[in-house]
Amino acid sequence: MIVHIWAILWKQLKDTLKNKTILIQFIMFPCMTVIMETAINIQGMPEHFFANLFAVMYIGMAPLTSIAAIIAEEKEKNTLRVLQMCNVSALEYLIGNAIYIVLVCLMGSFVIGAAGGYQGISLFYFMMIMFFGHFTSFLVGATIGVLSRNQMTATSVTVPVMIILAFLPMLSMFNETIGKFSKYIFSEQLYLLVNNLDRIRVGTDTAVILICNVVVIAAAFVVSYRKMFIRK
Amino acid sequence: MNKAIEVKGLSHYFGPSRVIDNISFAVEEGNIFGLLGPSGAGKTTLINILTGQLRAAEGESRIFGIESRHMTGKDYKQLGIMMDNFGLYERMSCYNNLRFYQMLDGNQNKNIEAVLKSVGLLDAKKTRVMNLSKGMTNRLAFARAVLRKPRILFLDEPTSGLDPATVEEIHKMIFAEKDRGTTIFLTTHNMYEAEKLCDKIALLNEGKIVEYGSPADICRRYNHQRKINIHLKNGQDVVLEHKKESGEQIKEYWDGDKVETIHSTEPSLETIFMELTGRIFDI
Ligand SMILES: Nc1ncnc2c1ncn2[C@@H]1O[C@H](COP(=O)(O)OP(=O)(O)OP(=O)(O)O)[C@@H](O)[C@H]1O
Ligand SMILES: [Mg+2]
Repeated sequence: MIVHIWAILWKQLKDTLKNKTILIQFIMFPCMTVIMETAINIQGMPEHFFANLFAVMYIGMAPLTSIAAIIAEEKEKNTLRVLQMCNVSALEYLIGNAIYIVLVCLMGSFVIGAAGGYQGISLFYFMMIMFFGHFTSFLVGATIGVLSRNQMTATSVTVPVMIILAFLPMLSMFNETIGKFSKYIFSEQLYLLVNNLDRIRVGTDTAVILICNVVVIAAAFVVSYRKMFIRK
Repeated sequence: MNKAIEVKGLSHYFGPSRVIDNISFAVEEGNIFGLLGPSGAGKTTLINILTGQLRAAEGESRIFGIESRHMTGKDYKQLGIMMDNFGLYERMSCYNNLRFYQMLDGNQNKNIEAVLKSVGLLDAKKTRVMNLSKGMTNRLAFARAVLRKPRILFLDEPTSGLDPATVEEIHKMIFAEKDRGTTIFLTTHNMYEAEKLCDKIALLNEGKIVEYGSPADICRRYNHQRKINIHLKNGQDVVLEHKKESGEQIKEYWDGDKVETIHSTEPSLETIFMELTGRIFDI
């Protein structure tokens, strides 16, 4: 079990660092935050504006698209079968990938938080929220990856999901109707949380919405991940 | 002799079409067994069933006495598999592909370089798989299949689409594995390859085994149609039956100094299989 998870981690480290599309997902938002936070300084702009915005976009995009792409590619290239012949279970595979992707994204999140000027306890809260977000987003992406036949279908599903998760929180700032719907999405709730880091308090509706999101996503994931390997 | 593979009454369907149709055969341990057949005959499907990647609809298949569908991790470690689509990580180097595979097996014995050397890829060990030629990719897939020193090796079209020199290399590697005592199950559409490598062959056509035996046996069985071809100096071709009366006719041509060439046409595997399947194989 540990041996398999470790091997998967090792493989991802060797493989994904050479995979430009996935690498870009990992570093794009941290880089943009650093640039925007240092370059742009408009009077009256809310504090941590870019950091918070990009943090939520990072959650909505990076883990989701990378794990969906990784699984879909393994299917397409038939490497998933090879793993099956080595007796790797779906759970081992996904744990290995989750550790890898969530860790990398947390490193990126740290850059975002630090560039946004978070320090001490608020940086800690920020990282906790990011951890929760990356993990949930990973589950969504894994579900999509498992259910898609190849990379094409995976991309065609991840793009709309990614837009909903990453852009709705931003759009809801400008449009109340969107806000009415988008508040039921976990990324919007996380966005509201990071915007109030200084006086953080998880209200009951926030908690209920987040829990509902996780339950639904985890259920979809559990139902689908058994299909990852070809049934005997 | 121990049975390495035993198949009884195996059938499989994809939708309504019966891709494997009530197949039974056995492979003895230490033998090279060739599964021949035209494209779409069901060869890959059969390998998938034998190796437990696909569950057959009917019948049973056993590898060293264990039902394919019940194989566990321990049983898998006796198997080396080279699939027709390889399943290698393209962005990783040759070495790292093998290393990953070894890590999954929890295997620390560092024989990767030796195996790479045996397939002639030691110089390319840092090359990424995406930059390998087709022949090199084949050899790497072969290397991965033999890396865990399997007791039985499944090779799905190990030489298809390769130049004769590389084919020769792979044949040598296959014989080397056989010398180690490995049982080998291979598929091919190449008759010459089957005749050269295999102890036993089966011809699969539309999911059924239409011939089974050693290459020599099969050729002998189809000897009834043996003919003699004579090409005369005047450009004429004469085909004679393989019987006594023909002798006098040959003598007549010979004495008249009319003979350019003379052949007895023993049926090759290829002609037999073309006759059986009504299809032309590519060599
Ligand atoms: N997953 C699948 N779903 C539906 N049909 C399939 C599937 N896999 C194979 N088939 C069909 O089963 C038949 C046998 O396929 P198979 O791949 O076993 O042939 P093959 O003998 O390996 O051919 P080739 O020499 O081209 O590799 C084909 O008609 C193919 O279309
Ligand atoms: Mg095939």
